[in-house]
Amino acid sequence: MFFTVLIAVGVVSTIAAGLASILVVSERFLVDYGPCSITVNGEREFTVDGGKSLLSVLTGEKLFIPSACGGRGTCGLCKLKVLEGAGPLLPTEEPYLEKEERESNVRLACQVKVRENLKIEIPKELLAIQEYTCKCTDIQDLTHDMKQFRFELIEPKTIDYIPGQYIQLLTPVYEKSSEEVYRAYSISSDPADKNIIELVIRLVPGGICTTYCFEYLKVGDEVRMNGPYGDFSLSETEAPMVFIAGGSGMAPIKCMLHEMKNTGNQRKASYYFGANKVKELCLVDLMHQFESELADFTFIPVVATPEEDESWDGERGLVTHAVERNLKNADTCEAYLCGSPGMIDAVIKVLKKMGVSEDRIFYDKFE
Amino acid sequence: MNETSQLSYAFVVFISAIFTQNILLSYFLGLCPFIGVSREVKTSFGLGLAVIFVMTTTSVLNWVAYHVVLEPLGLQFFRFIMFIIIIAAFVQFVEMVIERYSPFLYQRLGVFLPLITVNCAILGVSLFMVIRNYSFLVTVGYGLGSGIGWFLAIMAMSGIRQRLANERIARGLQGPGITLIIAGLMALAFIGFTGVLQGN
Repeated sequence: MFFTVLIAVGVVSTIAAGLASILVVSERFLVDYGPCSITVNGEREFTVDGGKSLLSVLTGEKLFIPSACGGRGTCGLCKLKVLEGAGPLLPTEEPYLEKEERESNVRLACQVKVRENLKIEIPKELLAIQEYTCKCTDIQDLTHDMKQFRFELIEPKTIDYIPGQYIQLLTPVYEKSSEEVYRAYSISSDPADKNIIELVIRLVPGGICTTYCFEYLKVGDEVRMNGPYGDFSLSETEAPMVFIAGGSGMAPIKCMLHEMKNTGNQRKASYYFGANKVKELCLVDLMHQFESELADFTFIPVVATPEEDESWDGERGLVTHAVERNLKNADTCEAYLCGSPGMIDAVIKVLKKMGVSEDRIFYDKFE
Repeated sequence: MNETSQLSYAFVVFISAIFTQNILLSYFLGLCPFIGVSREVKTSFGLGLAVIFVMTTTSVLNWVAYHVVLEPLGLQFFRFIMFIIIIAAFVQFVEMVIERYSPFLYQRLGVFLPLITVNCAILGVSLFMVIRNYSFLVTVGYGLGSGIGWFLAIMAMSGIRQRLANERIARGLQGPGITLIIAGLMALAFIGFTGVLQGN
């Protein structure tokens, strides 16, 4: 028995090692394309070793291109323009590219291999994505399961983002997780403070990142995050706005309100914030302060079922009902929604029924 | 069995692997790329050719590895690991060679190789050949036949899907949903071949 195991392990290891060494040797000779230079937007140029995919090379250079499938060519997100040196369009890319895109040299970064010098174009907003090292400077309890975290940027020292965007926070390896994971959180801070990032995080029972933030992260700790990402943002029209959020959906709306205050935005706005209990409402004082600071802003907290010992004389019931009861001239409004997918789907249904067209409803689903 | 009857047996297995024992439509192996990469006939053609090539060559390689190495040493139980290692290494190697020396072939065929390295149909063919105790010659026929069978199935599917692209399909069924239903109907149609040949 012992002998069989020994032979088995020996034989399989030998064959595997043999095959692996053949691959390593042939890779050495076959996939050696020498150094290749990559020019980004005609400005930045760097040299890399050829043979890898463009996506992984760019990630190595800290140029983060969105990709959901990890480079397997199934999500079609890592599109960028390759002006020179990409070779012919591959059949694995074709299903993801429209006719106009093919004509303007758009390619999937994960399928293009770096074999010679490349000239590429990356959209400006993606170039702004960077990795940040920050220090946690303040943790504040908002409700029993929501906290507000304040981070000071160390390197780079400042961040430019559009209110409504999110960052990805890196959870390091800790007691309850053996691998590094990224989770997305909307930025809630005042965009005027360019070296501060504030996040509102709601505890997800058993969640790797939220457990880390709630139980392990201490003031003074260093964390890493990258971003900003996302296209949830204020439009540039004059239409009256209605914000509808629940839970940590507060974050991007708060950031947008700061921005409106900073830019002296005169648009009419109302904000319906839904909670189950009175004790789940948060940042109410700050919102009332916005009411006096902004041109025409009303904050309408909605509590579904106040507990008996809680005194509540505001709106009751679901946030969708409160919107139905109170929102006037809905068809002229633009709506900004943020929260759980269930809540957002329900609100969209109600808004459509009230005459808000789909292209005026903007949302960020927290999934 | 003498050589002539071996040859004719290999031929029977070859034909039955294409139709009656179609690896995809009778055994439902290799469904992932079948659903994922069957949107266009052109793409499916390349993938199908890659599958034919890889199935034939790896089943032959694995036959040799099994009968020359594993069986004499009494290590048949290691065939799963062994086959997977050999398939993965071989496919990777072929991809590197093609990419370096033939950009044309790489563009047509090479890009699909990584997609099918970990395909269960490829491993399935190697395992069936062991379970059914095929000789070397029959294994060649079986590998080639299975590859062609898979190729035919994905070509038929992509042809249908290309025509469906402009049709109105209920929202809940769009994409993989309708594809699985079509695959089911195709499998039913292939049952019609049952009884024509029994080559296993």
